[in-house]
Amino acid sequence: MMEAAAQERLISVVNEKFEGEIIEAGMVKDFFTLILKREKIVDIIRHLYHHAETQFQYLTTMFAVHYPDQNQIAVVYQLHNLSKNQRIRLKIFLPADNPTTSTLTKVFAAANWMEREAYDFFGVLFQGHPNLKRILNVEDMLIFPMRKEYPLEDQTREDKNDLMFGR
Amino acid sequence: MEAAANKIIVGEKPEGHEGHGFFATKLDKVVGLARKNSIWPLPFATSCCGIEFMATMGAHYDLARFGSERLSFSPRQADLLMVMGTIAKKMGPVLRQVYEQMAEPRWVLSVGACASSGGIFDTYSVLQGIDRIIPVDVYVPGCPPRPEQIIDGVMKIQYLVENESLRRRDSAEYKAMLNKYGIE
Repeated sequence: MMEAAAQERLISVVNEKFEGEIIEAGMVKDFFTLILKREKIVDIIRHLYHHAETQFQYLTTMFAVHYPDQNQIAVVYQLHNLSKNQRIRLKIFLPADNPTTSTLTKVFAAANWMEREAYDFFGVLFQGHPNLKRILNVEDMLIFPMRKEYPLEDQTREDKNDLMFGR
Repeated sequence: MEAAANKIIVGEKPEGHEGHGFFATKLDKVVGLARKNSIWPLPFATSCCGIEFMATMGAHYDLARFGSERLSFSPRQADLLMVMGTIAKKMGPVLRQVYEQMAEPRWVLSVGACASSGGIFDTYSVLQGIDRIIPVDVYVPGCPPRPEQIIDGVMKIQYLVENESLRRRDSAEYKAMLNKYGIE
């Protein structure tokens, strides 16, 4: 868990160059989370990578979340400062109708497959990605299966009926 | 062939005529008998049913007793494709290619609920039964089936091997069935 002073310091590091980009900052369970405006996310992550005080040089994971009520898709980045053992979560919101953002592959090569996964399951378009195609699902799939409007079940299944399974 | 002294049954003798020093029967009966007891299975094991298959091949259940001592890990030499486990849709083309590489005569045994129908994996990423992409001869139910059930499935395959026409691949019915799957 990050201490309050470290959290304040981190916010001021972001504000050094990106004043007004932070929408919300706070603890989510035990994880310090910043909700940011979507436009400059890659520049902010690059800033946090190179800044002497933060040095978030390890991308633990990144993924997307669909919020159907708000018609939004969030993209979430989790970064790790290995020398201080600090972790941070950055979150941006994109409109679900056109979820487009910039690629992080210029900063973290590891983002390549993670962005392909977010595209595969949520349809998030990462502009500038070198090879944005499906990674886990079959290539001819037409849907983005983790979006809530698509049912989990395979619609061609024949051996399940309403009597037995409520379908 | 008579039961030996230690009660091992050697095999059923096919119908035919015999006398001193000769035995006459139909060729396909003899070939069927030989094929039935020398099936080379290709295990296509992807998950827990594959573990049950390992038990089936082990000393306790010992599928080798049925003439399947030698597993073939090349589809080109295999007679029987044993599909055991969940087949993801992405795995589908691979399974189909393995089937296409097998030489006739060939049989397919679908082991377990997942291979037969998708099982509990009623989801967008899982193939809902391998019979959507390749023809299946025998289905073994269970999640996973016990080794006894797998052996029973293999014995059902043996029955088919013994009793089917030698050149079933030439029959119009068989060709139509393959055409339905878009094979050849």
